[in-house]
Amino acid sequence: MAKATRESFGEALVRVGEDPKHVVLDGDLMKSNMTYLFKEQHPERFVEVGIAESNMVGVAAGLALAGKVAWASSFSCFLAGRLETIRMSVGYNEANVRLCGTHAGIGIGDDGASQMALEDVAAMRALPNMDVIQPCDDVETQRAVEYLADHVGPVFLRLTRQKLDDMNPEDYRFEFGKAVTLRDGSDVALIGTGATVQEALKAADELAGESVSARVLNVHTIKPIDAETLVKAARECRAVITVEDHNVLGGLGSAVAEVLAAAGTDGTRLTVLGVRDYGQSGTSEELYEEYGISASHVAKAAREALGG
Amino acid sequence: MEQRAQIESREDLVERLKEEARQLRITDIKMLQKAGSGHPGGTLSAADMVAALYLHKLRLRPEEPDWPDRDRFVLSKGHCIPIVYAALARLRFFPEEQLWTLRKMGSPLQGHPDRMRCPGIEAATGSLGQGLSMAVGMAVAGKIDGASWRTFCMLGDGESQAGQLWEAAMFAGKHGLTNLVGILDQNQVQQSDKVVNILDIDPVTKKWESFGWRVIEIDGHDMAQVLDALDEADDARDRPTMIVSHTVKGKGVSWMELNPDWHGKAPDEKQAALAIEELEGKITAEESRERFEALSKGGK
Repeated sequence: MAKATRESFGEALVRVGEDPKHVVLDGDLMKSNMTYLFKEQHPERFVEVGIAESNMVGVAAGLALAGKVAWASSFSCFLAGRLETIRMSVGYNEANVRLCGTHAGIGIGDDGASQMALEDVAAMRALPNMDVIQPCDDVETQRAVEYLADHVGPVFLRLTRQKLDDMNPEDYRFEFGKAVTLRDGSDVALIGTGATVQEALKAADELAGESVSARVLNVHTIKPIDAETLVKAARECRAVITVEDHNVLGGLGSAVAEVLAAAGTDGTRLTVLGVRDYGQSGTSEELYEEYGISASHVAKAAREALGG
Repeated sequence: MEQRAQIESREDLVERLKEEARQLRITDIKMLQKAGSGHPGGTLSAADMVAALYLHKLRLRPEEPDWPDRDRFVLSKGHCIPIVYAALARLRFFPEEQLWTLRKMGSPLQGHPDRMRCPGIEAATGSLGQGLSMAVGMAVAGKIDGASWRTFCMLGDGESQAGQLWEAAMFAGKHGLTNLVGILDQNQVQQSDKVVNILDIDPVTKKWESFGWRVIEIDGHDMAQVLDALDEADDARDRPTMIVSHTVKGKGVSWMELNPDWHGKAPDEKQAALAIEELEGKITAEESRERFEALSKGGK
């Protein structure tokens, strides 16, 4: 059943929150971030900070320095906007904070550009000890949140407003730092993360009808990235396409490019699909078409890269 | 200091801490001179409060820096950390020799506090306006756990121009964080000019009161007043306490006092020797100023 990863996050947080070391912080978005579910069950460990995200980040760091695991959530653009506080209070302090950014990307739709986080992965990825995770469906989000309950160090978790299809089996196991091969193939590798994994899968279906064999990788951990799986895909396929609901600068595509360039996978062309603008209002589907990150764009990029 | 259990009269305590503060100032000047850079003005203004906190008030175990029930101190005006390093060395959190590695490559005594490198440091700071939020987070954790330890946070007056600080102030007041004590080191000067000329923060007492804090206003260089304020803060009643500590930037070295030029510049060897003579009471402030003028002329 299709579900928004913010919903899966909210549900999982209630479960992992049974352990009293967990504290959840809210910046007056609990109904959007779905952390109100945690508040209902564990009000004594729910901290309402108000519309003051810089302070929320700092308070989360302080809680972590005093031994708690602090989950601070907001719209991802508002978290990334506090980059310098995150750098200093969370990153440099090696605070056990989970920055949970929901409403990632143009996929949020109607609210438009001011609410669209499109630079957040680039910003967080640049902090030396900040891990970056973006799950692609319900079960992966639930398992990722469970994993993060005991992970040590600062983490950025990127989540969607819009519903996403189920792509992983019910008994899915989350492996931190390990890309998931959703479909094997040898002509082209289609690499997605979060909301764009389903676009990559649909593109693979479309290409299969044209006798193109597409491998589909789900990179849920953008940092540390699974270089081994990426290089293997680049060596075994003739072209690599990345697709992300994020700016093309500094996100998944950049991370993959860094890995492939360093490994010397020359001869395999990389095409980076992503947003190059601030976005606008519309439906998720319309916007994914308009900004070139829908399944049809992925399939088109694959055909072009293969010289078809 | 937890281990200081012997009976000490109030007068003796005041005298002891005045002497400790004097020694911290001397150590601070030596450190900055050897480092060749740093912030003498704001370290000297904070010396009396830092002495009262570290050498009397804070419950700490130098032999067990991570003792869970320790009091926490966050220096939000992180550039003034050398005066705290001097106190930490006095308590043997690390050997005194390490003081002379301040700001050198590989030293635990970084230019701004680094909790991962230096024992006794609770939070990295140095980007102004952030420390109070972290102190608030620590206090919230203490409340959740029903713990008896408290969090102390020292702010600067120039720093009080930063918005995040007031977000934290509003939160702490609203949530009645009785286990949080703030200290505003109101030394009147920031990097470029006097605070009143850059962006006046007054009426700062009314600001803190209106944000839900109890305010205690003192002369931050009168050790008896410093101690009275810290004792008064023991009984928090229903809200966090802010000690507005009126101080003089550069206090103790006459030619540094209230002079923005000494915000972020270390004294050279001759200047440091002169400053220490004045701090040791070997020369008067007037003599010190005269000799400083002579040094300055000689240098040109």
